[in-house]
Amino acid sequence: MLGRLAALVAVLASLALSGCGYNQLQRQDESVKAAWSEVLNQYQRRADLVPNLVNTVKGYAAHEQQVLTEVTNARAQVGAIRATPELINDPAAFEKFVQAQNQLQSALSRLLLVAENYPNLKADALFRDLQSQLEGTENRIAVARNRYIKSVQEFNTTVRQFPTNLTAMVFKMDVKPNFTVADEGAVSRPPTVDFNKPQPAPAPAPKS
Amino acid sequence: MKRFALLLALLLAAVAHAQSAWESGTDGLAPIPPLTARVTDRTGTLDASQRAALEDKLAAWESKTGNQLVVLMVPSTKPEPIEAYSIRVAEAWKIGRKGADNGAVFLVAKDDRKMRIEVGYGLEGVLTDAMARRIISDDVAPYFRDNRFAAGIDAGVTRIMQVVDSGGTVAPPPDKRAQVPRGFNLETLLIVLFVGVPLVGGILKRVFGRLLGSTFGAGIIGVGAWLFAGSMAIALLAGFVALVVMLFLGVGSTFGRRGGMYIPTGGWGGGGFRGGGFGGGGGGFSGGGGSFGGGGASGGW
Repeated sequence: MLGRLAALVAVLASLALSGCGYNQLQRQDESVKAAWSEVLNQYQRRADLVPNLVNTVKGYAAHEQQVLTEVTNARAQVGAIRATPELINDPAAFEKFVQAQNQLQSALSRLLLVAENYPNLKADALFRDLQSQLEGTENRIAVARNRYIKSVQEFNTTVRQFPTNLTAMVFKMDVKPNFTVADEGAVSRPPTVDFNKPQPAPAPAPKS
Repeated sequence: MKRFALLLALLLAAVAHAQSAWESGTDGLAPIPPLTARVTDRTGTLDASQRAALEDKLAAWESKTGNQLVVLMVPSTKPEPIEAYSIRVAEAWKIGRKGADNGAVFLVAKDDRKMRIEVGYGLEGVLTDAMARRIISDDVAPYFRDNRFAAGIDAGVTRIMQVVDSGGTVAPPPDKRAQVPRGFNLETLLIVLFVGVPLVGGILKRVFGRLLGSTFGAGIIGVGAWLFAGSMAIALLAGFVALVVMLFLGVGSTFGRRGGMYIPTGGWGGGGFRGGGFGGGGGGFSGGGGSFGGGGASGGW
């Protein structure tokens, strides 16, 4: 009898805890973290592709210094930021990180556009493989970002909604930064290439 | 017989419901067809025999290696690019086995003149992006340029199989245990059994008496389990267990006196019950819960 009562109390306690959204918050927090790790993972994959790609292009178009340096610099910048999972708890650092990644992305797409002018390069099997890997990685990044956006949206809703916002306040859980529309715009805008004058470094995405 | 007819009607209604939910699409995006076969052709390009031949080939490969490959032809993926549509299809269909993620989707958007091979996590190592692109441009595109779609798809599918086989990716044989559907966890079952059964049982027994009350209670538990788990087998099992518990263990009488105290107020924390790859009931074929991360390649012709 006593044992049964204890079991009942345990069940009720677990119900009460999950009722206030604590478990929900923990679960969603974890899923945000997992989604973010996947984003980092894919960004890393792209950064790893860059040296090979740059070397291959150099073999055919060494005088395209401008765009090659740009890619190398952007790659270095991305590498300089320590991409930790904690980044998502610091909106300013998050912003900086995303901007560096976007710069690398636009530098890379300029590189690919330039490559269009070199038929020999385009025919190179290694370059073709690298290019499809890069495309695939960009797509994986897009997917990972989308999933991150969705999981953050879910988490933030829970954090702000009543009554779970009270639980979130008690446990000091705050809304997490998300990719902004300005970022998305920068991503989807096709890069412009002008061969006449030297290109300035790409302007940072406008603040929303 | 009558009961059978009723069951059939229920099933049909469920299928129709699932169908209409899919067809309506979301936010003006191209709808994702329901997954009913390994080859889905929404363009009317393939004739019956071509489709059957492809089906057989895919089914044979699947039973031999455990890897899952399906073909989808749609007129267009507009307004999305093919990559975005493709990942939505992959997420909805869950091709490949859960955990192994050994599935791939070969998508052709005929009027857009675009195609894509979407590769599940588990096959990304063998069927790399570069390889997928080569298959598209070297094996499939030449046929498509001559409007020989069946031949092109066949060539692509054959090549994908070769590539995957050469990588030695033979998935471990499927789990023979009765599979508990995804989205249904033991915790829920226990909560239902330990809280729901005594509670409902206690109340009903006081109202209806032992036998009738227990039967009623078991029925309610069964329906509840069906709603949660979406599976008839689970529902029957839960209902049966509930009946036995209520009838013979007499928990109802212990808790019955205080039954009113324990009525749960406003459910617990909701969410969590995601109906996994076994939607709709009916339909002879479904994905196994494989995940995709956007691997693969696209190309035109």
